[in-house]
Amino acid sequence: MIDDCLLTVRNGQAVARSEVPTLPVEEFRRAVIETVSTGKTIAALFGDASSEGAVDFYVVLADNRRAELLVSRARLEGDSFPSLTPDCPQAHLFEREIAEQFGVRIEGHPWLKPVRFHSSYRPGRDTRARSKKKPAAVGVIDFYRVDGDEIHEVGVGPVHAGIIEPGHFRFQCHGEQVLHLEISLGYQHRGIERALAGGPTKRTISMLEAVAGDTSIGHATAYCQAVEALADCQVPIRADVLRGVTLELERLANHTGDLGALAGDVGFLPTASFCGRVRGDFLNLTALICGSRFGRGMVRPGGVAFDVDERRRSQCLERLDQALRDVTVAVELLWNSATVQARFEGAGRISRDDCLALGMVGPAARACGVPVDVRNDFPAGIFRFVQAPISTLPTGDVFARAYLRWLEIERSALLIREQLQALPEGPTRAAPAAMGAGKLVVSLVEAWRGQLCHVALTDGHGRFARYKVVDPSFHNWAGLAMALRDQQISDFPLFNKSFNLSYCGHDL
Amino acid sequence: MWQAIRARWTQGHRTISYPAGPAPALPDRFRGLPIVDRSKCLDECRSCAEACPTDAITIDSRGLRLDLGRCLFCVDCREACPADAIQYTQDYRLATRTREDLLYDGQTLKLAEALDRKTRRVLGRSLRLRQVSAGGSGAEEADLNVLGTIVFDLARFGVQFVASPRHADGLVVTGPVSENMRSALLETYAAIPPPKLVIAVGAEAISGGVFRGHGEVHDGCASLLPVDLFIPGWPPHPLTILDGLLRLLGRL
Repeated sequence: MIDDCLLTVRNGQAVARSEVPTLPVEEFRRAVIETVSTGKTIAALFGDASSEGAVDFYVVLADNRRAELLVSRARLEGDSFPSLTPDCPQAHLFEREIAEQFGVRIEGHPWLKPVRFHSSYRPGRDTRARSKKKPAAVGVIDFYRVDGDEIHEVGVGPVHAGIIEPGHFRFQCHGEQVLHLEISLGYQHRGIERALAGGPTKRTISMLEAVAGDTSIGHATAYCQAVEALADCQVPIRADVLRGVTLELERLANHTGDLGALAGDVGFLPTASFCGRVRGDFLNLTALICGSRFGRGMVRPGGVAFDVDERRRSQCLERLDQALRDVTVAVELLWNSATVQARFEGAGRISRDDCLALGMVGPAARACGVPVDVRNDFPAGIFRFVQAPISTLPTGDVFARAYLRWLEIERSALLIREQLQALPEGPTRAAPAAMGAGKLVVSLVEAWRGQLCHVALTDGHGRFARYKVVDPSFHNWAGLAMALRDQQISDFPLFNKSFNLSYCGHDL
Repeated sequence: MWQAIRARWTQGHRTISYPAGPAPALPDRFRGLPIVDRSKCLDECRSCAEACPTDAITIDSRGLRLDLGRCLFCVDCREACPADAIQYTQDYRLATRTREDLLYDGQTLKLAEALDRKTRRVLGRSLRLRQVSAGGSGAEEADLNVLGTIVFDLARFGVQFVASPRHADGLVVTGPVSENMRSALLETYAAIPPPKLVIAVGAEAISGGVFRGHGEVHDGCASLLPVDLFIPGWPPHPLTILDGLLRLLGRL
């Protein structure tokens, strides 16, 4: 019976929007709750107001075991929706987002607070009854408070002590012990989703490259997969391989940087300074291929904008091996240092159950023993032909999140080497035709932080009626808040770095 | 212990000799200062201007102008040009003192001049900067952090990033200045004791870049703060940022 409520699609497979079942709200809720209770996760849950003023709810559920994405829709009559969150915690932020974007009242949501503090997409429909003259004041929310004689509150941000992005953290503490951490973001909101509707324009791909600046290849790949599916465009195999190579280079650079930063946060300076440099070596490898250290301009609809010639290929392989040797020396120091291990082990632990309930993704989930990885579960591009083995660790602590990165560095380097050594011949770019009208596509990519989910809905002219972006950080910020429970507040920088989530990817 | 010493030995000395020695080699595909050969341009052709994602190129009776403050250093104009008139050079030097200097004719760019003697006497040998990301994508911030690594070792020039604006002599802004960061940015600026500098890093901080015109952003920080140094790029290469800072301090 549930099967009739959900349309099964594959990663990067375009279907007609009319094929998506439209359910009554109650049935939609039941389908989501029952499906999630059997171990599937919410990849995206979003509103769309592009047709006739009514708000449609779309859900994309990921069945990682069967490589299936289950899509369904409900048309909202009126302006309220009974919250899924009490039965399905991983819907909590998605529902808050819908309330803010479309002015829908989510009845019974336990903490219906603003997400990005912007005005509603539907003028006049605003759950918080704000006027145009009195815009949303960022960071002004009813923070949870713990009361008591010896309880104190610590507020940090939006401007932090280092060169990092802004966000606000509110701790409720008893002495050093953190009872609760609440994270309020939205400072980086640049209006990306609002601007993507009606596209694509000549700016669209660049805007997606800047959703999260350290994930340019990931987001550009997810976007291109979506466009190519909508335009029925076959990407040449050589382009698929080069996309895969640069995606893994992005992973190598960021994981290496994170291990260095983790070492720095526990005052272990050798690894911090070595990794800071080797991260640059990986970024420079990306620049060797496409001119930009962050892979900007590399991935384009239909393929890639830069080919790798013979000289560049051997240079790449040589420098990859050298950088891998350097990072190995640097990182082994970490595992052999008792002082580092004492800080990493058992710190910021998240249980497997909490991880599953929150619908966490990426390395943070794999470090809790949850084997999810888009490259393996929903293979697209080069990963249809190459297996990227999933590493997991059972402990869910800072050590697991650190060591997992190291395992992935080794695997990514191996994958890049194999792919470059057997680079298939042929063109690197096809010319995509116009996108089909009235279609829906879900595009997933395993970026270095985890699952990127882009969902595109096209209108009757083959333009984007709605373009939804879900960065892995959107799933995982709640995990960081959980990790702080009953831990010392002075460990916050370390825990934060062990997740290293994106503020702008969340804020869009 | 011995392992750490051995690792230190293996990793070697990695700080670049620049500016005393040559700048490190950049990859051949690195996109630095673009040059436009107007003699190749076809009559009435506007392909580059039309292709540019941020409308950085204007062509009118006064000729062609490329706004480096908006430029994403992508390849869209080069790919669109039917006459091969646009080329990127390896020249990483891009910083200017005024917004107008970034309106570049495709031939010569007026690079940043040093601060006046009096300001340099105060800040020239010890410059402490507070960085604020106001809608930055994380890439600009990452390459600012790179200046602190052993490769660039910014501290050897007396320049350091500090945590408190009270300890700072200047503000480094990244991002288009989201409305949600406007007041935090202005408050941080107000907390810095004078004399103080403002440095805009990256296309977004200078002009709004790819987010220009969005109601949620302020199209860069120049409309809110007096900017002393503009460092273009998307994001600027660490060398571009270092070059800009050293020019400002009269070290180049």
